[in-house]
Amino acid sequence: MLNYKFDWSIITSGQYFDWLVSGLITTLKLSGVSIVMAFLLGLIIAVMRMAHSKPVRWFALAYLEFFRNTPLLVQIFFWYFGSYKILPTFINDWLNETGFEFAAAAIALTIYTSAFIAEDIRSGVLSIPKEQMEAARSAGFSYLRSMQYIILPQAVRITIPPLVNQFLNIAKNSSLAMTIGVMEMTYQARQVESYTFKGFEAFTAATVVYLALSIIITALVNTYNEKVLNVHKAA
Amino acid sequence: MEPFFNISVITDNFTYFMIGRFPHGPLGGVGLTLYLAVVSCILSFFGGLILGLLSVSRIPVIRYPALAFINLVRGMPLLMVIFWMYFLMPALFGKVAENNTVIMALTLFTSAYMSRIVVAGIDGIPKGQTEAAISTGLSHWQTMRYIILPQGLRNLIPSFVNQFVSLIKDTSLAFIVGVSELTHVATQINNRTMAFPTEIFVFIALVYFILCYAFTSLSRWLEGRLAWRTAH
Repeated sequence: MLNYKFDWSIITSGQYFDWLVSGLITTLKLSGVSIVMAFLLGLIIAVMRMAHSKPVRWFALAYLEFFRNTPLLVQIFFWYFGSYKILPTFINDWLNETGFEFAAAAIALTIYTSAFIAEDIRSGVLSIPKEQMEAARSAGFSYLRSMQYIILPQAVRITIPPLVNQFLNIAKNSSLAMTIGVMEMTYQARQVESYTFKGFEAFTAATVVYLALSIIITALVNTYNEKVLNVHKAA
Repeated sequence: MEPFFNISVITDNFTYFMIGRFPHGPLGGVGLTLYLAVVSCILSFFGGLILGLLSVSRIPVIRYPALAFINLVRGMPLLMVIFWMYFLMPALFGKVAENNTVIMALTLFTSAYMSRIVVAGIDGIPKGQTEAAISTGLSHWQTMRYIILPQGLRNLIPSFVNQFVSLIKDTSLAFIVGVSELTHVATQINNRTMAFPTEIFVFIALVYFILCYAFTSLSRWLEGRLAWRTAH
């Protein structure tokens, strides 16, 4: 450590800088795609979790428990290496053409995170007084329509801070995609390290990027809590 | 015709999945996964306790560095922490076994999260208790040691169990630095057999699920018991 020569210039300009920037862009793309899909899937699972039909409820519960209690890395490996057997041929063909690494990582991140989002949405829904549902039902709305027009619009408003935090989690978790060769931030930092032997600089760059991301997002959540929900001192 | 789900790749390698080459070689598979999780969990309990206490210290020179460190680690992906350790430990301490590098990384990472749980536990004890303790002549540290922590930590047992579940899942990342825990063993067997990735990864997903779900259920049961105790 003592005779290590720092050379910050390699990561602030030139080829290696370009690698790191492209890594950041891939991380943001992967996280962006996954959070949108995870939100939609999480919404569906949350509604199923609160449905009247028992089999539907059990299915949602099994889904939640299974995907929350298995490591994300194993899920990524499953989709990348093992999913061809359970997917229809035309989807496999399409995936092979479009670069399966990115798609497998996005699918894994989506499904893994949707289980957490579903629980966030559910606790948002549970915080809405149940008289609202009763009122909606007696006004003639069906269960799904009451959810759609009355409960969910309010619940989602409360759920936004945990959702934004889930985006942060996805951004951090997307680093696991490097194991199947998605060239995101951590992958590129590793790459710069193995080309230049400047690990300290490369990892510092990646760490600063992740940290900046989490500081910006935490600040956004705190502002939202104070301005919109009037909650002070967020956790 | 080949069966849809070829179970023989699992049964043939079952011992390897469970304990690696043990007892003729190093421990691996599920055994190593649990070893990494248990050791890191015990270490991060103390790490979290220390970090948590430092981060509520009344002395700014202690509090701010502790908070900065906690937020630094919480802002990073675990994978980055592992790479940092993998890169820094040899530079600082000479040669370090991969197992220990991973334990160090998991401990640092989990301590930062545990510290937040500890702080929540301290905050959960009514202020009046601290005031009462201090007015009976106890110092700040004595109050923590004898009054606040014994009560606060008991309420946190379910959260600690949840952290342990996260640790079991997180040990899968040790695969990346070549530690032969369950995920690494699975990729090895996958590379060797080539033909059964679905079977292998579904199987280890189930193994992880059984382990984690058992502890998740334990945590819920404990939570119920604690709620019951507080209610009576």
